Amino acid sequence: MKHCEYQQIDPQALSTPTPTLPPQHAVVEEEKGETARRKWEVFPGKNRFYCDGRIIVAQQSGVLPLTLGLILVTTVLFFVFDCPFLLKHLTVFIPAIGGVLFVFVVISLLQTSFTDPGILPRATPDEAADIEKQIDNSGSSTYRPPPRTKEVMINQQVVKLKYCFTCKMFRPPRTSHCSLCDNCVERFDHHCPWVGNCVGKRNYRFFYTFIVSLSFLTVFIFGCVATHLALRAQGGRGLMFALQESPASAVELVICFFSVWSILGLSGFHTYLVASNLTTNEDIKGSWSGKSGAEDTGNPYSYNNIITNCCSVLCGPMPPSLIDRRGFMPVEESSQTVATEIELAAKNEINVCQLVLCLSVFVCMAHHHPPLGGQLSGLCSVLCWLMSKCTQGTKDLLESASRSPCPQTGKPQTVSTSCPDSIDPADPAVTFNPAVTPDPVAVPSLKCGGRHHSHTTSPPDEPRQQHHHHNRHHKTRSTQSSSKRAALHISNPAYNVSLSPPTSPGLGPSHATGAEDHRRDSFAALH
Amino acid sequence: MANTHNMQDLHHQAAVASKVYVQRDYNSGTICRFQTKFPSELESRVDRQQFEETMQTLNNLYAEAEKIGGKSYLEGCLACMTAYTIFLCMETHYEKVLKKIARFIKEQNEKIYAPLGLLLTDPIERGLRVVEITIFEDRSIGSGR
Repeated sequence: MKHCEYQQIDPQALSTPTPTLPPQHAVVEEEKGETARRKWEVFPGKNRFYCDGRIIVAQQSGVLPLTLGLILVTTVLFFVFDCPFLLKHLTVFIPAIGGVLFVFVVISLLQTSFTDPGILPRATPDEAADIEKQIDNSGSSTYRPPPRTKEVMINQQVVKLKYCFTCKMFRPPRTSHCSLCDNCVERFDHHCPWVGNCVGKRNYRFFYTFIVSLSFLTVFIFGCVATHLALRAQGGRGLMFALQESPASAVELVICFFSVWSILGLSGFHTYLVASNLTTNEDIKGSWSGKSGAEDTGNPYSYNNIITNCCSVLCGPMPPSLIDRRGFMPVEESSQTVATEIELAAKNEINVCQLVLCLSVFVCMAHHHPPLGGQLSGLCSVLCWLMSKCTQGTKDLLESASRSPCPQTGKPQTVSTSCPDSIDPADPAVTFNPAVTPDPVAVPSLKCGGRHHSHTTSPPDEPRQQHHHHNRHHKTRSTQSSSKRAALHISNPAYNVSLSPPTSPGLGPSHATGAEDHRRDSFAALH
Repeated sequence: MANTHNMQDLHHQAAVASKVYVQRDYNSGTICRFQTKFPSELESRVDRQQFEETMQTLNNLYAEAEKIGGKSYLEGCLACMTAYTIFLCMETHYEKVLKKIARFIKEQNEKIYAPLGLLLTDPIERGLRVVEITIFEDRSIGSGR
C-alpha cells in the first residue's frame, strides 16, 4: 500500500503517448487487480475510445464513413478504369502520383479523425473550489453571480477569458468549448462532421494536410479522367462513344466536379487562416477584425509575417495530449468517486420522491375537503403517477449503478455522466447548476423542457444542414451553425445566470454535476 | 532511497492541510508559462527566492519545449513529408522536454520541498493549467486534524 500511495503522485507514472509502463507501475497494476481502470473509461466528455484508449473520436461520427467512402470509391474507380489506358498512352507517373496522393489523403484523414484535438481536462474539484473562492472574493456577494470573465493583456491587447461552467475553469485564450464533444478544446477551429472530430491545436496540421492533398487528388483525378475521355473521343468518335466505353469515368467526373469547388475553396480559406494565424472560430466571430469598428484590434497571436505564421501553425512543435487516456485511475479516488456519485444520485432521487409523496398526500387530504371537488382528484392521480415513475426511476438508477462499466464496447460508461443523447449538458449557454437540495417538482420539469427544446433544435439541425449544403462553401455552413450558436448564447445567459444558485460546498462541483445528470434522467423519464 | 522513504513517511504522518494553485500567465500569449508571483500561503513555509527560482526554471523548460526554431521546423517538415506517420515511431521534442520537466520536479520535491512539508505536482497531470502545491500539516506538531 505504501508503494501504491507513492505511485499516485510519482511523476514517472505520468502518461507518455507510447503505452510503455515502467515496471513499478506493473507492480501497482497487479496489486490493484481488476479494479484498475484507465482514465479513458471515466472520461467525462462525449468522446468514444477504441483500442484501449489509443484512438479517440467524437460521439457522432458525422459523415466520416461517407467521406472515406467517396474517396475510396473514386480512387478505386480511377485506378481500375482510367489508369490502364493512361499508363499505356501516357506515362507511368500517373498512377504513381495518384497512389501517393491517395495515401496522403487517407492517412491524414484518419489522423485528423482519431487524434485528440487538444482537449483540456476538466478542473479537479479542489481547483474548481479555489477558482470559485477567488471569484467570490473579488466579486459582489449578491444572489446573482457576477459575469465570469477575466481580462489579460496579450501583446498590448486586452483579451477576455471566459469561465467554462462545464469544465469549471477559465478557458485559456483561443480555447472554446465544443458542445458536440462536451470538451474545451485548445485553439479550437471548428467541429468538422466530415472527419467526425473537432479540429483544434493538435490536429489542425493533419486537417490542413488532408484538405490540401484532397484538393490535389480531386484536381488530379478530374484532369486525368478528362484527358482519358478526350483521348478516347479522338478521331471524330465523339464524347458519347468515349463515355459508353468507360462509364465509370462519368461517375468519377461527376463526383470530382462537384467536390472540387468546395474543397478548393476550403483549402484556400484555410490557407488564408494559416497565413494570418487565425482560427475559423475567430474569423467567423470577427474577434480581431474590429467588430465594434472604432478600436484598433489586430490579431495578438499573429507574427505579422506570413512565413512565420505558416511555420508556427504547421511546423511548430507537436503539443502532447493533455488528457492522459491510457493512464490508470488512482484506486481510492476512483472507487470513492463512484461510490459517492451513486450515493448522491440515489439520495437526490429519494429526496425528490419524498417531496412528490408529500405533495400527493397533501392533495389527497385536500381532496376530502368538499369544496375543492373533483379537480383535485385529477391532480392526485397525476401526482401518484409521478411518484410511481419516480420510484421506477430510482430502481432503474440503482440497478444501472450496480452494473460495472464495460470497457470493451469502447463507450465510456460511468454512473455520473450517463445522459440521453437529446439532452446536452455541455453547451455553456444553457448549462445550469441546480442546487443539490430539491427544487419543487414543477420548476425542474420546466427547465428540462426548456433545455430539451433548445437542444433538439441545435445539434440535429447542423448535420442536416450540412448534408443538404455539402456542395456549398464550408464557410456558409459554419456561419449558419455559429450564428445559431451565437443566438443560443445570446438568449440564454440570463437564463443561465438566474438559475445557477450556489451548490453545496461539501459535495464538490463534479458530484453536483453527476447528481444533476441523474435528476435529468429521471425527469426525462417523466416527459 | 532515503529521500523516497521521507516522502512515504510524510504521507502517513501528515495530513493534507491545503492546496495552493499557481495559475498560468497568459501575458505572453498562448505559450505555457506560469505566474512567478509568490503565493501568500507559502510565506511561512519556503524561501521566496527559492520558489521563484523553481518557477522560473520550470517556465524556461516549457519555453524550450515550445521553441519555434530550426530544429522544430526540421521535425515538422520531416513529419509532413512522411504524412505524420513518423510521430508513431519517434518521440517528439516536446515529449523529451516533458520528461526532463518531470525529472526536474521530482528532484526539486525530494531535495527542497518535501523536507518543508510541501509537494509540487507536475502541471502535465493537471492539463498544464496549474502548478498544484500541496501543503502537508505535520501531525506531530498537533495542528490540522
